[in-house]
Amino acid sequence: MPATATQETVEKTIVEAIAKLGPDEDQVTRDATFEQLDVDSLDLVEVAQIVEEEFGVVLKGEDMEKLQTVGDAIDLVVSRAS
Amino acid sequence: MTGASRGIGAAIARALAQDGWPVGVNFRTDEGGAAKVIAGIEEAGGKAVAVRGDVSDPAAPEQIFKALEERFGPVLVLVNNAGVRADGLSPQIEDDAWDRVLDTNLTGAFRTTRRALKGMLRARYGRVVNVASVVGPHANPGQANYAASKAGLIGMTKTVAAEVARRGITVNAVAPGYVETEMLNGLNGNLLDAVPARRLGKPEEIAECVRWLTSEGASYVTGTTLTVDGGLTA
Repeated sequence: MPATATQETVEKTIVEAIAKLGPDEDQVTRDATFEQLDVDSLDLVEVAQIVEEEFGVVLKGEDMEKLQTVGDAIDLVVSRAS
Repeated sequence: MTGASRGIGAAIARALAQDGWPVGVNFRTDEGGAAKVIAGIEEAGGKAVAVRGDVSDPAAPEQIFKALEERFGPVLVLVNNAGVRADGLSPQIEDDAWDRVLDTNLTGAFRTTRRALKGMLRARYGRVVNVASVVGPHANPGQANYAASKAGLIGMTKTVAAEVARRGITVNAVAPGYVETEMLNGLNGNLLDAVPARRLGKPEEIAECVRWLTSEGASYVTGTTLTVDGGLTA
């Protein structure tokens, strides 16, 4: 069963997933851009896999292209889940 | 290892097992062939398991990978060898013969690759080898569908390689010429006249190239197609 995707659960999952890719967890704020965090497109594919496993939300390539900040990713997943 | 129950695929399965990889021997119909391959690998001290699945079925990659992940852990090497032929001159290739060849040889390989990359990206390691053909980059009248599928496979190899190279994953193709397999049955003419080596290739000679591409020695080789054809297209 996928977990319920609330603002809090999605933020926790995404921040943890991004932190595993290199950046310190305290740098991974809503306003931080993926460029600042040195998170590249393949990193985002991995984050998308984790989101899919956790919440059952599938993010497509065209969704990912528009994402600039951590907050963008969180909001997208929450809106898709609802 | 898709299409591993006979011919080139069986030889590749044996070669990878010799290198110490536990091998998932995928087959579509030839259960007996797969069992033989596995028995041979086990006799030689290797590990292998049969996994039935038609790669042209969109649901098959998930089933195949899940079965293997449960048994052996993440799949770090994928060899796409499953292939079919349905020959005819272009005016006589019906849609179903076109689709059947493209679905297995190209779309099936894409789907297994897409599924394999999930684990490989996380592992920061992976080896994908696609068994293409000299037919594709080169013409072979009577095989427009097969040629399109194999040329497509080579194109896919290059782009996927470029996408994932920074994660320690290599994606390459081998392009065999004429090899002693059932697949060659029914091809006309004196094939050997065109082959500078004056003989057919052996499945083991293709397998050796695949084995090398999966090895540490080939860690900086990606996006390439290794032609193995006795000089046919030289």
